[in-house]
Amino acid sequence: MLFPRPLQNGPPPRVVVTGAGIVTAYGSGWKVNAEGFRAGRTTFRPVTLFDVSRQRSKLAAEADLPDTLPATRLPARQASRLDRASRILLLAAHEAWGQSGWEPSEDLPLVLGTTSGGMLLGEEYFKRAVNSPRFHRGQPTRALHYQPQTQGRIIAEALGFSGPIIIIANACASGGNALGLAWEMIRAGRAGRVMAGGYDALTQLVFAGFDALQSISPGGCRPFDAHRDGLSIGEGAAIVTLESLDSASRRGAEILGELIGYGSTMDGHHLTQPHPEGVAGLAAMQCACAVAQVNPEDIDYVNAHGTGTPLNDSSEAAAINRWAGSHAAALPVSSTKAGIGHLLGGAGAVEAVVCLMVLRERWLPPETTLETPDPICRFPLVRQPCDARCELVLSNSIGFGGANATLLFRRYS
Amino acid sequence: MSRVFVRGLGAVSPAGWGVPALRAALAAGVPLPLRPTERPGWDQPLNARLVPDPSPRPAFLAHARLRRASPITHYVAAAALEALGHILPNPARTPRLGLIVCLQSGCVQYSYRFFKEVLEAPATASPLLFPETVFAAPASHISALLGNVSLVSTLVGDPAVFLQGVAQVADWLAEGRVDFGLVVGAEEANWLRADAIWHFDHGCVPSAGAGCVCLSLEPAASAGVELTALTDAQTYLSNRNRSDAAQLMRSQLPAGSANELLCDGLQGCRRLDAPELAAWEDWPGSRLSPKRVLGEGLMAASAWQCVAACDALARGDFTAATLSLVGCNQQAIGARFVRAS
Repeated sequence: MLFPRPLQNGPPPRVVVTGAGIVTAYGSGWKVNAEGFRAGRTTFRPVTLFDVSRQRSKLAAEADLPDTLPATRLPARQASRLDRASRILLLAAHEAWGQSGWEPSEDLPLVLGTTSGGMLLGEEYFKRAVNSPRFHRGQPTRALHYQPQTQGRIIAEALGFSGPIIIIANACASGGNALGLAWEMIRAGRAGRVMAGGYDALTQLVFAGFDALQSISPGGCRPFDAHRDGLSIGEGAAIVTLESLDSASRRGAEILGELIGYGSTMDGHHLTQPHPEGVAGLAAMQCACAVAQVNPEDIDYVNAHGTGTPLNDSSEAAAINRWAGSHAAALPVSSTKAGIGHLLGGAGAVEAVVCLMVLRERWLPPETTLETPDPICRFPLVRQPCDARCELVLSNSIGFGGANATLLFRRYS
Repeated sequence: MSRVFVRGLGAVSPAGWGVPALRAALAAGVPLPLRPTERPGWDQPLNARLVPDPSPRPAFLAHARLRRASPITHYVAAAALEALGHILPNPARTPRLGLIVCLQSGCVQYSYRFFKEVLEAPATASPLLFPETVFAAPASHISALLGNVSLVSTLVGDPAVFLQGVAQVADWLAEGRVDFGLVVGAEEANWLRADAIWHFDHGCVPSAGAGCVCLSLEPAASAGVELTALTDAQTYLSNRNRSDAAQLMRSQLPAGSANELLCDGLQGCRRLDAPELAAWEDWPGSRLSPKRVLGEGLMAASAWQCVAACDALARGDFTAATLSLVGCNQQAIGARFVRAS
């Protein structure tokens, strides 16, 4: 029952990650993405998915998807007809599921963050309804499949599980909030394990939207650079399998990392601009640390939201400066959006998986295109590939509209 | 176990702005008039039930964040403020508010306008419209309006998601993270949304508006209504259709009695109604079907159902009320409320 909530004795369980799947412009899968993030490669190229000839900006980080999807419980015909967002999501979910070693069950919640769901289908619905209004073929399917809950159901069907599906649409914090809610569900005893993540495919509406706001960098984003001129849009997904430490230990599962803290706050400053001092971002980091009972001095690396827009990065830098205090000078920070762009609803989840890579593989992801660090940054920005032995890492997500999420991961050994 | 009480209710619907207008329309039981919405390429318009313009125009619509916001934000704001009652916005002090906005279609009017501009002349597409197309925009605006919102989220899905929002706010209250929690369900209407609904049932009449419940742990401040149960989310799958899910949802709720109310989602569309009709065919008490009067408001309709059920309890008409939300393409969830003792 959703209410009353289950009675819980003792402290909340520890929550660990036992599976992770990732799709970005680097490719599909942990290995290829780890290589890309470790090298700090950039992936921006001219958009091919829709016409950008009349847009101010023409670059994005498109993902090259495999021609065929992995075998799942979906009928081949259905799998072959999935829209781009569903394909991206399924690739990530399939990898996470396989790595986790989970078996299907009837009580497995799925928590997803997205901003657009299957908006490509929504755009196609729009065009057909306007241009050929009496030609209905395929329109009901488009109307149904553009909705994110349908994509959630597809994942459940493909992997053979069932349970509640929760879709969070807190703009660019959606993916981080999805992992955070999943973490809370396990700690509250609502579920023993939860599949969670975020996704978004590149769409014309969203690309044109950020272009209309003049937020897209014409040449590729450079987060925290003094001369940064905007963000770059990307696409992708990340899914993780979260479960209690007891559950993972009983199964003898490989543990990729422990999620130890989550903070969620609201910035009411402006619909499209964060508070200049980053007060809500600061509060989210403080909240996550308080829950985890750690201090900024304990943190070894911050994966910043770092979109590359002048306002976002200065606000987030101010927040990190204040939060870290004197520790800022020794705290490596980078934004992996420098390589793969801003994945919107997928960003927080993808960056959470990057944090797991950092903990597992012991390197830091650089921003190789950074030229002149913004002097507002009192922290060192990671500019070159390097090894690092991190025990605690923090990931920020700052959403359009003011939603903020901070996730805190610990190396499990 | 924490007890959760309904502190206040709010509604904007085709019946008007406010719970009294909703109550009066449902008491009359007469389907509200249809208004034509022009459908490009067709001679005949699609019919919808739209929200009338407020008269007089509420003062809060002059707030800087609301002046250029989409209609759905206005509906959410009105419903939230009504549900909050005398808990006035005050950024300088507690109470801490939690806010969850639930949507299915979301900000369709500005999305339509913006994408139309993108296709026609992307270089001049309005930067003012795009931010309003984001699902999270209404929650952002309302947070700014209220000032003291500490936790906020936007949930998307089919109309049963409204009760997922109630469950999440109940958790926030139980964990002491907020003092009051608002759950709002809202939708806009335009010809494109009407067109989409038409593909699934030609007789379904789309409508727009919002509904809001304000929850707290304080019995003394309650409107005399207590939440006692929310069922599991019974998700639809290839081996569990809407009928199966509706039956499972029903099986998790008490059988009911003659002096109890069932507030359901029937709207007079035989195929869409069938699973819910079957699940509740032996219901022994009274029934109320707001969609028959107000139309298919998707997430707003779920909120209206909840508001109507709680309002009936608050007025002493029944001892308990059961809410049946059999969503269109995701899940079935039910709830039970009782007169607070």
